[in-house]
Amino acid sequence: MSCPFHLVLDPSSRANPYPLLNELRDTPVALQDDGTYVVSTYREIVALLHDPRISSGRRTLDRTPAFIGLDPPEHDRLRRLAMRHFGPPHAPDKIDRLRPDMLAITTELIDNLAGKQRADLVDEVAYPLPVAMICRLLGVPREDESQFHAWADRLIELLSPRDEHRAERQEVADKLDDYLGGLVDERRHKPGDDMLSGFIADGEMTRDEIVRTGVLLLIAGHETTINLIANGMLTFLRRPDVLVRVHDDPELIVPAVEELLRYEPPVQMISSRVALEDVTVGGVTIPAGSPIVLALAAGSRDPDHVTDPDTFSLDRPRNEHLGFGGGIHYCFGAPLARLEAQIVLTELVRRLYNPRLVADPPPYRPSPILRGPRHLWVDYDEVFPAR
Amino acid sequence: MSRPGTADLVRVVVDLTRCQGYGQCVFLAPEVFRMREEVLLYDLDPPAGRRDHVLRAAAACPVQAIHLDWRESRNLPETKPGGSTYEGRIVIVGGSLAGARAAGTLRREGFTGPLTVISEEEGEPYDRPPLSKQVLTGQVAPENTRLPRLREVEVEWLAGTPATGLDVAAKKVLLADGREIPFDRVLLATGTRARPWPDEAEAKLKGVHTLRSAQDAAGLREALAAGPKRVLILGAGFTGSEIASVCRELDLPVTVVERGSAPLVSALGGVIGDVAAELQRAHGVDLRCDTTVTSLEGDADGRLRKAHLSDGSTVEADVAVVALGSVRNVEWLEGSGLAAGVWGVTCDAGCRAVDINGLVLDDVFVAGDIARFPHPLYQYQFMTLEHWGNAVAQAEIAAHNMISDQAHRWPHVSVPVFWSSQFGVNIKSVGVPTFADEIAVTQGSTAGHRFVAAYGYQGRITAAVTFDQGMWLEHYQRLIEQAAPFPSENATPVRVPEKLSATAEATVVVTGHDPAERRVSLLLPGGRTS
Ligand SMILES: Cc1cc2nc3c(=O)[nH]c(=O)nc-3n(C[C@H](O)[C@H](O)[C@H](O)COP(=O)(O)OP(=O)(O)OC[C@H]3O[C@@H](n4cnc5c(N)ncnc54)[C@H](O)[C@@H]3O)c2cc1C
Ligand code: HEM
Ligand code: SF4
Repeated sequence: MSCPFHLVLDPSSRANPYPLLNELRDTPVALQDDGTYVVSTYREIVALLHDPRISSGRRTLDRTPAFIGLDPPEHDRLRRLAMRHFGPPHAPDKIDRLRPDMLAITTELIDNLAGKQRADLVDEVAYPLPVAMICRLLGVPREDESQFHAWADRLIELLSPRDEHRAERQEVADKLDDYLGGLVDERRHKPGDDMLSGFIADGEMTRDEIVRTGVLLLIAGHETTINLIANGMLTFLRRPDVLVRVHDDPELIVPAVEELLRYEPPVQMISSRVALEDVTVGGVTIPAGSPIVLALAAGSRDPDHVTDPDTFSLDRPRNEHLGFGGGIHYCFGAPLARLEAQIVLTELVRRLYNPRLVADPPPYRPSPILRGPRHLWVDYDEVFPAR
Repeated sequence: MSRPGTADLVRVVVDLTRCQGYGQCVFLAPEVFRMREEVLLYDLDPPAGRRDHVLRAAAACPVQAIHLDWRESRNLPETKPGGSTYEGRIVIVGGSLAGARAAGTLRREGFTGPLTVISEEEGEPYDRPPLSKQVLTGQVAPENTRLPRLREVEVEWLAGTPATGLDVAAKKVLLADGREIPFDRVLLATGTRARPWPDEAEAKLKGVHTLRSAQDAAGLREALAAGPKRVLILGAGFTGSEIASVCRELDLPVTVVERGSAPLVSALGGVIGDVAAELQRAHGVDLRCDTTVTSLEGDADGRLRKAHLSDGSTVEADVAVVALGSVRNVEWLEGSGLAAGVWGVTCDAGCRAVDINGLVLDDVFVAGDIARFPHPLYQYQFMTLEHWGNAVAQAEIAAHNMISDQAHRWPHVSVPVFWSSQFGVNIKSVGVPTFADEIAVTQGSTAGHRFVAAYGYQGRITAAVTFDQGMWLEHYQRLIEQAAPFPSENATPVRVPEKLSATAEATVVVTGHDPAERRVSLLLPGGRTS
């Protein structure tokens, strides 16, 4: 018997995992043959995201993780220190003030699509914007991009809810650490107005903590938003009615991005959890020590939580989705990702005349966790000038 | 792009019982939402130019706790198809939080008959929690606290005239101006008022305030802005403590006099009260516990000058706030035959009023601060809750039940949730903390003012309190609903004044998530449920 979760992981289901995810929900808490529990219904996922007996500290590498892999009180301490230079309460308008920059970079990227009739929206738009923004925030020189891009991509490719490719992951992770470590040492002598310099100036994180936080933000900051943007254009191009509505009423981009996070979530599952004690959820007792996978993408399409879950709708009265997780690990960069996606998608919809998908489904990146198209080839007649 | 005729209107209210402090709203509309640790303060009536920011913020809230004026929520929940067929005439007495929410719910549930709201206060309903927070600091003007209208509600609004009587047999509400308003079903939602200082002459001294209405808040704000030499606060419950917090934020010297052993004791018990006391003192409050004010003294102009305390000392102050709790607005129900008194208006779990014989009335409903209802999770004891979240939840249940037949009525069994913000800390509670004999800090530490404490009664979790740890609250709510075992490690006696005390043993669990499916079952020996 082939279990649905096993099939979800298989590359052949990358283009459309949703029928399998729907099947997965028939067993809300499903024990796998390797002892992992996969949780796929909305309420059960939310319950575990808020359960202090569930740890994020499932170690897959021999190193202290960044705060995404830590539990309170360490998690809270490091996340708060990082937040000081990113958002409220200390820097409430930092991300809001980046809007003009986001628009300027977007405009430039889309200007570059003019003069031809076909583009790969992944490589030419969805990837460069988030990278530019996170580099600017962190203080990572954009010239180094090709260097860390390869490592970050490889790390994501190797991500899997099963404990595979350990040695290679370790090796790539070490390279990223060394790279960021070098940057931190530079900033110590030549501070800028970036986050790394801020962490150093605060003097409350050790060098290692700064490096790990920097690597986390660098990877999380560009391997996810890329998928949100690409999934967004893909969804719009598959649904001309949606495309027309967003084009005619740009305010609709706000509910559209929330719906994308629900309907085509860039982070399909969280695989870092482990039970610290026996925890009963959905009538199943997960024994202490068991690895847990939270199937966010399945939970956000749970018919017990949303009506018409398999329909992409701009008209949901309240859209509570699991796209950014929940509880204390709720995505740190969510506001940045939201604004980037809102701006890029608005501009693409407005400026590309008569866009069409070249291949449907497009080729996908291999990771079942951070899921998105590897390329999104689109034909169009013309690029309208920026406003 | 603004819709015609709406450009100037973006009223906001945040359901802070739901809010978990994710701060997404602050990121996306930093001019409207402000956050200090987990304390969220916001403009209820932001300038029109902020409209698109507010829309983004509301869409981004992970728990959808931000409510906007119905004209801004383009995706209104549809009126329920096949909704109610009830066609009688409905009257709501009290047009504030509970009354207004009930009116909206009646329409949402498909009630199309005549609907009248009788409200003593003039003007549109407004939100009270900001009155002791953003309004007193000056961040928000008292008149800018009007509640967003969550939907267009066709209703006859009789404002500015209090009801003076209820004739249950003749089905009429009597108004102060002599009018008689007939009803088929009526909802009583007249709430509470501030308990005045008992000595009338002293209460009239200039500089002596209470705080319940927007008008009260305007007066107190003016007094605080004038820079008094010292503010005296009588009572360290939530309201008194919040006002003290504002005074310190405004750098005003403040003395708080509390009869109990610590602030918040009657709501949260002595263990947490001690933490609150330490918090107050750390912020420079002159806190006098186990002490009462015996009299207030004025000068020749009738201005407050000083107060005499039970320990023989005096405090010189030119502003005093009497924060000694509230009085329920039940006087108008005298002679109505309802089981109404200082404790509130008694009703069943379906919000139907009970008469003095203990009989349930089918056409008289009660909701909000005035309601005294039995809660299955707390051994069916009757309780009144002066909580924003309870007013909303109970109003929705009452409204639903008013237009439903017996088979489709819902019980009001939501677990109480409360929040308060003071001294930069967001304090939240779930359950009934006074229904407990033990308490244990389960996460964080009280010394750092970031922690979760669980309350237990006879081995089961009955409540939890968080200081800046709001994200964990729903986990504890689940434990309470499941009557989960209380963790016995680190437990200490809770030291609560006996307000709700346990009687017979009836442990129940609550199942279901939507109001429509929430039900109670008795927990039988061996963990089975009935
Ligand atoms: C300063 C302050 C701060 C608060 N902070 C918090 C907080 O942080 N968290 C929290 O959970 N809760 C808080 N609350 C409590 C919350 O505001 C109340 O629970 C809520 O307002 C109750 O709503 P209600 O509609 O039942 O009663 P009310 O809001 O009291 O409304 C009753 C209405 O009925 C009217 N009325 C009275 N008698 C008559 C009559 N005879 N005829 C006609 N109309 C009449 C009144 O004028 C009033 O408009 C606070 C309250 C105050 C005053
Ligand atoms: C669309 C884009 C994004 C999506 C869908 C997304 C999704 C998520 C999810 C689901 C989590 C929860 C992980 C867990 O609970 O273990 C998370 C955490 C995190 N995200 Fe994002 N993310 C996105 C963009 C970003 C960006 C742009 C940044 C950086 C600026 C970022 C930084 C982080 C960090 C640091 C965490 C860990 C938070 C913690 O552990 O407290 N993310 N993200
Ligand atoms: S939970 Fe919602 S309302 Fe509360 S801070 Fe977060 S975004 Fe704002």
